[in-house]
Amino acid sequence: MLTNNQALVKADAAEILPPYSGLNMAVFRKSGAKTLTTEETTKRIAWVVQVNAVRDSKDKVAFAELFGFFAPRVKSFLMKSGASPDLAEECTQEVMSTLWNKAHMFDPTKASVSTWIFTIARNRKIDILRKQRRPEPEDLPWGPEPEPDQAEAIGLQQETQQLGDAIATLPPEQRKLIEKAYFGELSHSEIAAETGLPLGTIKSRIRLALERLRHVMK
Amino acid sequence: MTKIKHHLTDQLLMGYAAGTLPEAFNLVVATHISMCDDCRAALAAYEAVGGEVIAEVDPIDVAEDALAATMALIETGAVKDVRPKLHKANGVFPAPLQEYVKGDIEGVKWRKIGGGVSQMILPTSKDASVRLLHIPAGAAIPDHGHRGTELTLVLQGAFVDEEDRFGAGDIEVANEDLNHTPVAEMGEDCICLAATDAPLKFHGLIPRIAQRFARI
Repeated sequence: MLTNNQALVKADAAEILPPYSGLNMAVFRKSGAKTLTTEETTKRIAWVVQVNAVRDSKDKVAFAELFGFFAPRVKSFLMKSGASPDLAEECTQEVMSTLWNKAHMFDPTKASVSTWIFTIARNRKIDILRKQRRPEPEDLPWGPEPEPDQAEAIGLQQETQQLGDAIATLPPEQRKLIEKAYFGELSHSEIAAETGLPLGTIKSRIRLALERLRHVMK
Repeated sequence: MTKIKHHLTDQLLMGYAAGTLPEAFNLVVATHISMCDDCRAALAAYEAVGGEVIAEVDPIDVAEDALAATMALIETGAVKDVRPKLHKANGVFPAPLQEYVKGDIEGVKWRKIGGGVSQMILPTSKDASVRLLHIPAGAAIPDHGHRGTELTLVLQGAFVDEEDRFGAGDIEVANEDLNHTPVAEMGEDCICLAATDAPLKFHGLIPRIAQRFARI
């Protein structure tokens, strides 16, 4: 679905934003990766550049761009998960402020910006709506590196885009089931055993990164 | 660590990524993922699915002053991060489990439930229950079936049932269609973390009576 916000984001983050460490629009263009990327992937890379801008220079313009796209979607997600409009509004603002506060934790080689925001919104949902503790796995000593590998980061953004495209082209019934699972309308036993989602590439990329990390930890 | 052979199902990974599982199941999933990089990677993929769901959902307008209100929240530092990172634990139990036991294996308050088996029920929300089980080497959990889902994660030792052998890190996901009699392997006592969202169905009379006291 295209919205004004999206068009705005696409209106060339490289020109709006100064260059930042980490992913840089200009370098990304020169790297030749462009031939492999679609406009949608460019949008994703622009999100990464914007999160880095928030991290590096507390850039309010970049934050406003992210806010414009994600806040109405986080609110919608929370309402579909059972929050009242008022509670969803409040939680959305908290989720977006967490994005600002934790921008240094975001690692574009391990997640896309949409994935990262989803996990923040999900955690908030569990705290507020379900009022439960959520046991988390042991944390690994892999934070974002000072200079994340550009090819790794772009690869992951592309693969996440491909996943998004695959979800968009699923038969409507199947797509509905996935959405319902994430909105909490299905119990785990109602979730289909075969989702038909192409998760292999993202899994292998993360698996390889884990192997490298385990190797370094030895 | 030995190679893990039995992993989380896609349903559990998706439910955990979505944040919709009962707390008791979340604990078993988080403990398994602490031991299993395959499932950690799979979880990242299911979180990516969540990211795509959120990116594609129909947007709902936020309040007109929402951005300004959020900037104010940021400036006052009103939103605190209440999720400290869990560092790798030393000991038999991975860190998320140690949080619930409030210690490692020596901190467990075992209670005998018959047949040499002991348990400790861990406090979680009521929609499912989770317990540690200590099964002496060679001993068995009586033949039982399931009304809902039972997750059994091996932390130490191994057990064998009608399905397969389950060693440290392995998880067995049992549903209504499985009847089994898990037997701890000889050699080492077996310690498991087991969660259920409905009471088990024991087939013998004595276990059925004992069940009322063990709340299993």
